[in-house]
Amino acid sequence: MPSQIAIGAAVPGCAKVDPILIADNVRRQFGGNVAVDVEHVEIPRGLITALIGPNGAGKTTFFNLLTGFDQPNSGDWTFDGVKLAGVPAFKVARMGMVRTFQLTKSLNMITVMENMRLGAQKQPGESLLRALIKPLWKRNEDAITARAAELLTRFKLDAKSDDFAASLSGGQRKLLEMARALMTQPRLVMLDEPMAGVNPALTQSLLEHIRGLKNEGMTVLFVEHDMHMVRNISDWVIVMAEGKIVAEGPPNEVMKNPAVIDAYLGAHHDSDLGTEKQAKGN
Amino acid sequence: MDLILGNAISWLFQPITAAYALAAIGIALHFGFTGLLNFGQAVFMAVGAYGFSISVKFFGLGFWPAVGVAVIASIAMAFLLGIPTLRLRSDYLAIVTIAAAEVFRFIVSTTSAQPVTGGPQGLNQYSEGFYAMNPIPVGHYKFWVWDFKQDDLFAIAVSWLVVTFFAVLLAILIRSPWGRVIKGIREDEDAVRSLGKNVYSYKMQSLVVGGLMGTFAGILFVLPTSVQPGNYGTTLTFYIWTILLLGGASTVIGSIVGAMIFWSLLSLTGDLLSTGVDNGTITFLTQNQVGAIRFMLVGVALMLLVIFRPQGIFGNKKELYFNA
Amino acid sequence: MNQSIPRSVGRKWLGIVALLFAFLIGGSTAFAATPTPSPTGDVATTFILGGKITDCGVGIPGIKISVTGPGTTANLVTDKKGLWEVQTPTTTRYLKDKFTVTLDKTTLPKDRVLIGTSTRTVVFNMVNSASAAFKLVPIDCGSTSPNQPKAAENPIVVALFNGINFGLMLAMAAIGLSLIYGTTGLSNFAHGEMVTIGALSTWVFNRVLGLDLIPAALLAILIVTAFGYAQDAFIWRPLRKKRIGLTQMMIVSIGLSMVVRYALQMIFGGDTKVLTQGETWSILGISMPAVNVICSALSVVVLVAYSLFLTKTRIGKATRAVSDNPSLAASTGIDVERIIRIVWIIAAVLTGIAGVFIGLYEQAAWDTGFWNLLLIFAAVTLGGLGTSAGAAVGAMIIGLLVELSTLVIPPDLKVAAALVVMILVLLVKPEGVLGKKQRIG
Repeated sequence: MPSQIAIGAAVPGCAKVDPILIADNVRRQFGGNVAVDVEHVEIPRGLITALIGPNGAGKTTFFNLLTGFDQPNSGDWTFDGVKLAGVPAFKVARMGMVRTFQLTKSLNMITVMENMRLGAQKQPGESLLRALIKPLWKRNEDAITARAAELLTRFKLDAKSDDFAASLSGGQRKLLEMARALMTQPRLVMLDEPMAGVNPALTQSLLEHIRGLKNEGMTVLFVEHDMHMVRNISDWVIVMAEGKIVAEGPPNEVMKNPAVIDAYLGAHHDSDLGTEKQAKGN
Repeated sequence: MDLILGNAISWLFQPITAAYALAAIGIALHFGFTGLLNFGQAVFMAVGAYGFSISVKFFGLGFWPAVGVAVIASIAMAFLLGIPTLRLRSDYLAIVTIAAAEVFRFIVSTTSAQPVTGGPQGLNQYSEGFYAMNPIPVGHYKFWVWDFKQDDLFAIAVSWLVVTFFAVLLAILIRSPWGRVIKGIREDEDAVRSLGKNVYSYKMQSLVVGGLMGTFAGILFVLPTSVQPGNYGTTLTFYIWTILLLGGASTVIGSIVGAMIFWSLLSLTGDLLSTGVDNGTITFLTQNQVGAIRFMLVGVALMLLVIFRPQGIFGNKKELYFNA
Repeated sequence: MNQSIPRSVGRKWLGIVALLFAFLIGGSTAFAATPTPSPTGDVATTFILGGKITDCGVGIPGIKISVTGPGTTANLVTDKKGLWEVQTPTTTRYLKDKFTVTLDKTTLPKDRVLIGTSTRTVVFNMVNSASAAFKLVPIDCGSTSPNQPKAAENPIVVALFNGINFGLMLAMAAIGLSLIYGTTGLSNFAHGEMVTIGALSTWVFNRVLGLDLIPAALLAILIVTAFGYAQDAFIWRPLRKKRIGLTQMMIVSIGLSMVVRYALQMIFGGDTKVLTQGETWSILGISMPAVNVICSALSVVVLVAYSLFLTKTRIGKATRAVSDNPSLAASTGIDVERIIRIVWIIAAVLTGIAGVFIGLYEQAAWDTGFWNLLLIFAAVTLGGLGTSAGAAVGAMIIGLLVELSTLVIPPDLKVAAALVVMILVLLVKPEGVLGKKQRIG
């Protein structure tokens, strides 16, 4: 673990030594409700950051805003120095900021391998005219297939390669979605509840995969309710409540923060930080 | 009886059948592979029919330039329909396409547009340029109960050639990386978007290509007959959908076989009922009601297909194309 | 009406009461091949079929006529002189065949009503002319032509009146469609048939069975309600249980619409059933059929009652909850299936009332609802999918657009104008006039 992540004290919105994503005054209202109102937040590069908070804290909405799947009422944010406000989702993904979804979006009626291939960027065969002439994209397709096969093996999905994604279990779909995201060769991977609905037997391997991403130099930002997982793998934890960032810090310190306990207890009296799985939702 | 049978069998290869098959192939791309609810294929056919025939009759263009005009008009129509709707939920595309088809029909059939479109009477006699290319020697060609003139044979041959061309084109496309993106959009467009694909652009490409198939279908549809504005109502679109679902929406061959089965059965039931009424076997129907019965049969077929065999005759049960 | 086809035989028109069909045998010009191969190898001949529609001796333009027969389907509109004609690509075999000529009664001037059937079957029968007469009422040539009271009326005010009138009727049907869409997600293409059944049943009870208009209308509404309930019970509820997708359901509704529509055509025939004739009232200097004025007033009452129901009663509130979010409503203990049943009944009652009124406004035929379906859909879309208030506002806009557009464009384009406006509104404001802004890709 790097000795220094934040510059100065770990207060909400604190500056980081090497941020990859910086958001300012991002605000999203639904009718009269303010879903997200983040004054300032920075995500440290090359580390695993957890975004936690009670249900309805605005975590997924914040994800959607950052990745261009929803438009904020106001706000600015940059990814590696590039302004992202108003940039459509597909361009955000092309820049190397890829996300997964809370409700897994495996493309059920195409095969696992096709799911994987879809993740690859800059494919010549994806242009309408070049698609008609196979020699123009055959070589690229072979390269993609090789890379996909490698990833599938790593994620232990190689045996399922030619099956429809619909035949996978919930946990396998989560794995597929993550593997597919990696096909885009991202710099920042944003996982929305990677553990939700995953069979406990698969939990450990999922954790290993997420650590693996960090080891390969990627930055990971994930939303999670499972506090064990948060403690286990994250280097930094950001806590949201009622749309705002209420606390930040290394996992062990954040869990002791009274603001965090308040936020959770205020929302759910039966919450037990770190000992019980939270009900899924948001 | 031979006549009725001959008539029904002849619908297997009529140019009209080919035209419906091609229009259905276009919807297969739109709906079966991209998930776009195009309920206005009639408008693309009408654009083909009118774009071509007006170019010939009103602007005096030759066959090929007239086809070119129809193609350009078709692409323009796809953009016109796609720009406002492809970013919206799928039901918006459905209502806008169906409305656009009706608007187009109203405009071409208004009496004020008569000098150009022929108004409610439509247009005819624009096919000389087409038949001038006919290499088949003049004469009557008789097979069984059929009697074809050289032009009939030419129209049949060209129609099916065009259908084959587009069927092969679609088959190649959907097996390419382009087709992969398209199918991904059908499954979940947000997922595809999150992988860096410009979903809007792909939907537009699909709309344009499938619309072009509709436009060529429209030209094939009117080459051997005449342009009648009344033909381009919602019923035309619903017939094409029935054909598509009959064969299987996520298949290419399904549209072709679907069109053949659809027209043969429609002809057979119509002729049998008509004959029955004529010779007094069927007493509970009048000749006018026979027409209504045929439409009812199409409706029943559509309902049963969608409920009990949504994948169609040739579809793969696993590759169900309906999302909730 | 200029035909490019040369004719070798001269033409003559037979003038009969109000409308006539004359048939003339044309020259043997080569006509494009018919879609059906000629099985007998008969000599191809072109026939010209035409006629003139007159009212008090003056040709009426813009009346829609459709002709169907072997090898022929044509939709025509009478020209400035009230003339229409069509060529029938055919063979002599078809001389024995019947042609059906149908007059679209909705395109008749508002104050003219067709008596009896609007369909004529004509047999060529080897003769070169045949005719059929249509009678229009009220034919009051004496008072309308010389005095011209209509000329004094401001056309804008007349169009405004008609627009409000039509919009109010459309509103009830649109709310019905929108309610069902809101609670079940179904875009019901068979909704137009509920309108038709409302209009046709009124005709049956009133004109065939001789009941007074009010009991006839009430019975008609009852029939539509039963139809709506049955539709949900026997088709949509089982399909919901089967977890059939919404797109599939929508296509099923298209099939259902065809089945019901053509069943109605089989039962009632292709002609228009006359429901109204009767006194006209003069309001603000505009003479309006009394029944339309009453219908408008009743529509307002119904709409107000409905909005009170929706906002004040428990069932109404539950309905809105289900329509906002069915799964959330279910989790708060609302019996969603029960609400859906109630919604179908309410929707059917509203649509039934709309059907009766539309029947009284533009007469009843087997395809009355079908022609109005797209306008109903447009109203719902324009107002923002799935909200009642939106559907009502959308319907008023569509109703006014349809009638007001006739001031500037030809009447046969009035529906087109309304649909174009709908598309343009979607371009600028995709969520509809009153719709909730939602996340769109």
